[in-house]
Amino acid sequence: MNAAEGKSWRNDAHAKVTGRAKFTDDLKFPRLLHAVPVYSDFVHARILRISTEEARKAPGVALVLTAADVPGTNCFGQIIRDYRIFADDKIRFHGDVVAMVVAETRDLAIRAAALVRVEAEPLHAVLDPEEALLPGATLVHEAHGSNLVNTHRIRRGDVAAGFAQADLVIEESFRTQTVEHAYMEPEVAVSVPRPDGVIEVYGSMQHPFSTRRFVCACLGVPLSGVEVVGTPMGGGFGGKDDTAAIVCARTALAAKLLGVPVKMMYRRDWSIRESYKRHPYRVAYKMGVSRDGHITAVQCRILADGGAYCSVTPWVTWRSTVQCCGPYVVENVHCDTYGVYTNNVVAGAMRGFGSPQMNFVVEQMVEIAATRLGISGVEFRRRNMVRQGSVTITGQRLDTHKVAMAEVLDAVLKEIRYEEKLARCSHGRAEGDELYGVGIAMSYRGVSLGAEGVDFCAAIINVQPDGSILLEVGVHENGQGAEAAMSLIAARELGVGLGRIRYRRASTSTVPDSGTTVASRGTIMGGGAVTVAARELKEKIAEAVCGRLGCPKGQVRFDGETICGGPGGGTISFDEAIRIMFQTQCFPYVFGVFRAPRVSWDEHTGQGDAYFTWVYGCQAAELSVNRKTGKVRLLGAVAAHDVGRAVNREMVRGQFFGGMAMSAGYALHEEIRSKDGRITNTNLNTYRIPRAMDLPEMTAIIVENPDPQSPSGAKALGEPTNEILAPAIANAVFHATGRREFSLPIRTMPVPEDEPEEDCRL
Amino acid sequence: MRLHINGRDMEVADSAGERRLINFLRDDLDLTGAKNACDIGACGACTILLDDEPMKICIKRVKDVAGHRVLTIEGMAAPDGTLHPLQQAFVDCGAIQCGFCTPGMILVAHAFLLNQPRPTREQIRKAINGNLCRCTGYQQIIDAIERASVHYQEAQPPAPAPST
Repeated sequence: MNAAEGKSWRNDAHAKVTGRAKFTDDLKFPRLLHAVPVYSDFVHARILRISTEEARKAPGVALVLTAADVPGTNCFGQIIRDYRIFADDKIRFHGDVVAMVVAETRDLAIRAAALVRVEAEPLHAVLDPEEALLPGATLVHEAHGSNLVNTHRIRRGDVAAGFAQADLVIEESFRTQTVEHAYMEPEVAVSVPRPDGVIEVYGSMQHPFSTRRFVCACLGVPLSGVEVVGTPMGGGFGGKDDTAAIVCARTALAAKLLGVPVKMMYRRDWSIRESYKRHPYRVAYKMGVSRDGHITAVQCRILADGGAYCSVTPWVTWRSTVQCCGPYVVENVHCDTYGVYTNNVVAGAMRGFGSPQMNFVVEQMVEIAATRLGISGVEFRRRNMVRQGSVTITGQRLDTHKVAMAEVLDAVLKEIRYEEKLARCSHGRAEGDELYGVGIAMSYRGVSLGAEGVDFCAAIINVQPDGSILLEVGVHENGQGAEAAMSLIAARELGVGLGRIRYRRASTSTVPDSGTTVASRGTIMGGGAVTVAARELKEKIAEAVCGRLGCPKGQVRFDGETICGGPGGGTISFDEAIRIMFQTQCFPYVFGVFRAPRVSWDEHTGQGDAYFTWVYGCQAAELSVNRKTGKVRLLGAVAAHDVGRAVNREMVRGQFFGGMAMSAGYALHEEIRSKDGRITNTNLNTYRIPRAMDLPEMTAIIVENPDPQSPSGAKALGEPTNEILAPAIANAVFHATGRREFSLPIRTMPVPEDEPEEDCRL
Repeated sequence: MRLHINGRDMEVADSAGERRLINFLRDDLDLTGAKNACDIGACGACTILLDDEPMKICIKRVKDVAGHRVLTIEGMAAPDGTLHPLQQAFVDCGAIQCGFCTPGMILVAHAFLLNQPRPTREQIRKAINGNLCRCTGYQQIIDAIERASVHYQEAQPPAPAPST
C-alpha cells in the first residue's frame, strides 16, 4: 500500500510500530558514560564560586564540568550570543545549568550532582516584562545595556486619519501564557569520539547544522571535526533548536575530554525547567471601523517576554508584526513590537512562531467589531479579508499564487453548518447548565523564513548501478514524515516506483547546510530541492541515452520507468539507462538546490515583500460550557487549509489534527506556571497537554492550489494548523456564555490563587 | 526469579528484583520499544502488557512482573516479521508521526481490543486516555484501532443470542 493508492506511506512506519526504531536514548556504545546537568536554586544571581570537589569524589564520577572547562566559546546564540553552555558570570533564570556531572551510570551522576555547591549573590529578579522596560530596571544582561532585545514596527498610511474616519473605535488588551512544547521525547544527545578524531553527535534536535556550529564553537574545532547525524526524533514543534543544541555541545565536550562516548538523557522535569517556551504576549489593540464594516485603522503594541536569553525572539516577534492585522486589508497601521529580557524561562521558537498569540487577538477583535456594528462576523471578515491581488499591511501584493482565503472560509462554514449552529448558540442563556457555542477563526501565513534570513535547500539524488536510488535532503525528520514526503516527491518527479528510493538519513558531513527544519519550510524547501535535482537527473539521463534512442536530447521523453526517443523512436528502461550511464561514466549523481524567490524588508517602515508565498486557513470549533463548573467541552472541530499540493494525504491530515489538538491545549489547558521565577508544573501530570478524551472528532478539509513558485507545488501546513483553533474556541465560548475571553488559557470561572496543582495522571 | 517476556522464559537473579523494570528491559534485554518520557507514570510511553493488562513500567520494579506474562512491542509482530493487524492498521491509517508514543499506544489498544472487540470511538478514546501523544491529536490512532477491531471480532465471535 502506498500514498499513490490513497493509503498512508512512511519509510519509517514499520520500524516505529515494531519498536525497532532507534531513538537517541536507544543507542548503545561500548564504554558509554552518562551525564546530567546541575542547576542551582537561584533565579537571578551573580556567581561567586562553584564547588565541584565533593561531586568529583563521589562514586562512579568521571568528570565534572563547568564553564571554566570550555575550550572554545561558552556563549552561543543564533542572533545574539548570550546563551551559555554553562553559566559563568551570572545565573539568569532558574533553568541555567552551572555544571555537568559525568559518571558510570545516570543514577550515580544524579547523586553526585546534588553535591555541587553554588555560592552566589542573589540579584533582584525581573519577572514582569513591563518592569523590565522601566528606566533603571535591573538588567538581565548588563553588557546589552538594556532589557530590550529588539523592536519591530509597521508604519503604513496615516492612523490618525484612519481613526478619524472610523465610526467606531474599539480598544482591548489581551494576554497569552507561557506554554511548553511537550515533545514526548525529552532532550537527549550522545557524542562519540571516532578514531579519526571526529566527534560524532547523535541527538534529538531539529537543526543538525546549527548544532554542529555550536558544538564546534564550544570545542574550538573546525566544522569538519564534528559530524551531527540525523536520528529519529520524538517530536520537536520548534522546541529542539537552541536548548537541544546545547545538550549536544555539553556531551561532545565531555566525550572529547574523556575520549569515550557520553550520553545525556534529560529527565522531564529538567526538560521543562530548562528548555525554551512559547512567548507569553501582552497586546494592546485598537481598531477603527466604519459603519459599513471596513477596518479603517489599527494601532497595536505587542510586548513579548523573551525570558533570560535572546534565542529567536527577534524573528518570532517579526512574524507577529508582519501578521498583526490577521488576513485583513488595512490601509492605516501603526504597530510597535518589543521583545524583552526578563529572568523568566527562555522563550523561543514554537510551532506557530508568534502567530498563535496575534491570531487570538485579531480573530476576536474582528468579531467584537462585527457585533458592535450589528453585522455578522463572517460578513465582516468577507468585507476586509485579502483576495486575489490584495495588498498586505506591509505593502506586498498577493498575486503570485492563488489567494484562497474565501475558499477555505466557505469550506469550513459549509462543513460545520455554521449559520445554522450560530443561531442555536446560548449567549449565556440555556435551559440546563450546558451553554452551547460555535466559533470560527481564520488566518493567512507567510511561508518559510521570509525576510528573517536567506532561504535555500539542497538535495542529492545518487542512483546506484542497479537502478536503486539514494536520496538525501538538507531537511530533518522531526517525526512529521519529512523523509517520506521527500521520497514521494522524488518518485513522482522521476516517474519511478517508490520501492526504488531509499532515503539516506543525512549527516552534516554529506549535505550542505540547508537551514533549520522549522517555519513549515521542510516540504516546500526540501521538496523544491528534490524536484530541482530530479529534473536535473532527467536532463542527465536524456543526454546519456539520446544517442542510443537515435533522437536529439530535447526529444527524449519519460513515461514512468520507460524512456522514449522521438516520434517512432526506440524505448529504453530506466535500469538500462542507468547501466549506460555507468558504462559511459556519465554518473547519475545530481545535486539540486532550490533558492526561495527574493523577499524584502525595510525595518524602519515595516514595509516589504515579507514572504515569497502565503497559505490560507480557517478553522471552526463547537463546544459547550458548563455554567456551574466552567468546564469547556469540545464537541467538534473543522479545519480547511490550502496546502498547495498534498504530498502524503494521511500525513497531511495528521498535521491538521495534531496542530488543532495543540491549539486546543493552548486555548483550554496549557500553562507553564511559576512562582518567583521557578516553574511549578515540571512534569506531564501537572502540565496538562490534551488527552484523547479532551478532544472532539475533527474534520480536515485539504484544499489544493499548487503554488507556481514551489517546484513541487506544495506549500506549508505544520504551523497554519496550529494557529487558529484557540481563537475559534474563544469565539465559540463567547457565543456560548456571552462573555469575551481576553487571556489564555481560557478560564470561564476564576481559579483560586492557591489552588493546588491538579494531578491528571491516569 | 522467573520472567516470561514475549513468549520467552528466563531466569534472573533475585538481586535484579529491585531494579527499575524499564531499565532492565531497555539496558539488559535491549527491548528499547518502551520509552522513558516522564518517569512518573503520567504519559504511558513506557507501557507494556502484564497478563494482557497495560502497565506503566517506569514506576515498576523487575520483581513486580515475576511469574507473569509480559508482552512488549517487540513481541507484537509474528516471528517471521509479519505485522500484527493492529500494527498494520497504525501504518495504514497514518497513526504514526514521531513514533515515540506508538509502542505504548499499540499495546494499550491491543489490551483494550482483547476485552472489547466491538468498541465505539468514545470507548477507544477512554481506553487510550492515559497515553499521551503530542503529534497526532489521536484521531488517526483512533481510526487505526477502530479498523483493527475487525480482526479481534473474528478472533472472538459474538456470543450467540440467548435462546428464548
